[in-house]
Amino acid sequence: MDFLLTEEHLMAQKMVRDFAQKEVYPTIKEWDRKQQMNPDVLPRMGELGILGISIPTRYGGQGYDYVTLGLACEELERVDTTLRVVMSVHMGLNSLALLQWGTEAQKQKFLAPQARGEKYAGFGLTEPEVGSDVVNMRSTAKRHGDTYVLNGEKMWISLATKAHHFLVVAKTDPAAGHKGMTAFIVTNDMKGVTTGDLHGKLGVRAGSTGWIAMQDVEVPLENRLGEEGEGFYVAMSCLDNGRYTVAAGATGLIRACLEDSLKYSMSRKTFGKEIARHQLIQQKIGFMQQWYDAARLLYLKAGFMKNRGMRNTRETGMAKWYATDHSVQAALEAIQIHGAYGFSDEYDVERYLRNGKGAVIYEGTSEIHQLMQAEYALGFRQDRPLRCEMPAYDPSWQEG
Amino acid sequence: MNIVVFTKSTPDTAAKVEVDGGGKVTWGNAQLVLNPWDEYSVTESVLLKDAHKVNTTAFAIGDEIHNDALKQALAIGMDNAIRIWDAGMSGQDSLGFAKSAAAAVKKLGDVGLVIFGKEFVDVGTDAQVYQLARLLGCTAIGAVSKIVAVDFNAKTIKVERMVEEGKQTLTAPLPAVISVLKDINEPKSPSFIGIRKASKAVIPVWSSADLGLGEAASGAAAKVSTVAYRNLPVRAGQVEIIEGGSERERAEKLVNKLLEEKVI
Ligand SMILES: Cc1cc2nc3c(=O)[nH]c(=O)nc-3n(C[C@H](O)[C@H](O)[C@H](O)COP(=O)(O)OP(=O)(O)OC[C@H]3O[C@@H](n4cnc5c(N)ncnc54)[C@H](O)[C@@H]3O)c2cc1C
Repeated sequence: MDFLLTEEHLMAQKMVRDFAQKEVYPTIKEWDRKQQMNPDVLPRMGELGILGISIPTRYGGQGYDYVTLGLACEELERVDTTLRVVMSVHMGLNSLALLQWGTEAQKQKFLAPQARGEKYAGFGLTEPEVGSDVVNMRSTAKRHGDTYVLNGEKMWISLATKAHHFLVVAKTDPAAGHKGMTAFIVTNDMKGVTTGDLHGKLGVRAGSTGWIAMQDVEVPLENRLGEEGEGFYVAMSCLDNGRYTVAAGATGLIRACLEDSLKYSMSRKTFGKEIARHQLIQQKIGFMQQWYDAARLLYLKAGFMKNRGMRNTRETGMAKWYATDHSVQAALEAIQIHGAYGFSDEYDVERYLRNGKGAVIYEGTSEIHQLMQAEYALGFRQDRPLRCEMPAYDPSWQEG
Repeated sequence: MNIVVFTKSTPDTAAKVEVDGGGKVTWGNAQLVLNPWDEYSVTESVLLKDAHKVNTTAFAIGDEIHNDALKQALAIGMDNAIRIWDAGMSGQDSLGFAKSAAAAVKKLGDVGLVIFGKEFVDVGTDAQVYQLARLLGCTAIGAVSKIVAVDFNAKTIKVERMVEEGKQTLTAPLPAVISVLKDINEPKSPSFIGIRKASKAVIPVWSSADLGLGEAASGAAAKVSTVAYRNLPVRAGQVEIIEGGSERERAEKLVNKLLEEKVI
């Protein structure tokens, strides 16, 4: 699908690559060891326009298409997964959902500053007791006139202590199952909102993952995203975009494993020749190339469908499942190729494994994705039209 | 008033440049990039443009591969890009380059300042900076680390130069040709708006006929010709491990060795 890429795509990709490699890579190990996020990352991504890459310019963004978003995510995760995680939550799970479901007023008030990089955005679905099984969530939202009062706790939330705006899903009617959920825009300055960081994670250590506690948080009606009872559909369409960024990013992680392995295997010698000359090493490299090409085709296909406004839940899910599973596989092979050095943080490949493992858990575990694909194939699952569909890419996004 | 930058696409500084079996210089499949020093000259021209409302033009002399550098200059924020080329220019020496550049500067007209990066990394020379200034009959100032002041109406420039002993401040009339060092600015990244403009840009090509150059700047007229390239000789290194009972003993042995070898 590379043949679909324009000069604009390639130049934007190079710009993001240069940012990640020149500005982030040199200190990434330090931040990873410290388990802290480099404080320059979010402001720079905002300044460069990356945080608004595929939001129309009339809402403060850069007006690029969904394919460019994917290419950017690939480049970001080629350097470090934490950079792509920013895009998954800020852009995929939050900003694009505002574009899809938001009222004009919500777009002006929340989306535009996010796209300009002035405000950072997160997404709160998971709770301490509930992940895959979202319908069983505990958080509640009780309506009193024009205000909803939210109570509950969200856990494993990327950028919890960094974001200003959160898209939070809570139960407005606990008896109504998935039809009893509603989405809200909660801001970190609301009374009753507290956040904190989680430490001791296996990977994405140079990123920010935490929790949000909500105690009697009064959220005005105008902050409700979509209708009451539409929260499940809002959340699922958020995942269509979040998973796209994860798929493209994991493709970048496979590329990282491949590129590092190519370099190492051509320089390390055993038994009188470069290890790249041993067929068992070539087998690993051959597989990595296969996984990279396939993962890239899958995400570009999803991006192509998004550009045209075609429903892509299945295709995006497939891209996410395939790329993340194979990025973990590629990282294991890359470590093996690096021998003992791969087992140390002197080289990057051990970080690839620790970072890649998260993505087979968030935004639908591999098991959930496998079930979904089987259900589509068996005809047990069908996508129904939504009240607000994701807008197709339109060249007018570049105007105004 | 125009500010002009001359740039080109060169191999990335990280690329492994070597001479192949046929005596040709290669850099494998490494990407071509905007000549790294030109990140500073392009950025400086954009900063001056924003501050002084002048027009900025990037030129490259060479075949289509140099469109990449020109597009990058546009993406960073320069206004126009023009490529100078025809097949006869192949094999041009630095004087030929300077003659083409001088003709282009004259054709563009009303040029107040020409900015070069420290050098073109592929050919490793800055002779063209001084040759161009000579042909234009204007001042050349190399190794500029800061533009202290520039007045395009009064036609004066005040700059700081890095010299071996420290910094030198000097003034000169405009037009001038300068070359700039890393200290001059923090290179700008391309912007998404710039990328959109650059990717749509069709870069005009001026030939030696357009520039009225005749044969003067052709490869055939080159006085300097490259005879051969050679790789650096492989350095034979020898490792010696210094043994000793204590750290102190090992350190003493090391110091004595270094003194013996006249390293310190
Ligand atoms: C680094 C990181 C960042 C995250 N960021 C966010 C964020 O920003 N916002 C957010 O809302 N969440 C976030 N999450 C949470 C993530 O989305 C959840 O962890 C994920 O949905 C899985 O939920 P769980 O951890 O509760 O696992 P569970 O749902 O408890 O699942 C446990 C295991 O059971 C398996 N399983 C569950 N159901 C089935 C089934 N039906 N059949 C077979 N197997 C099944 C799962 O695949 C898994 O292996 C993040 C997680 C991580 C690790």
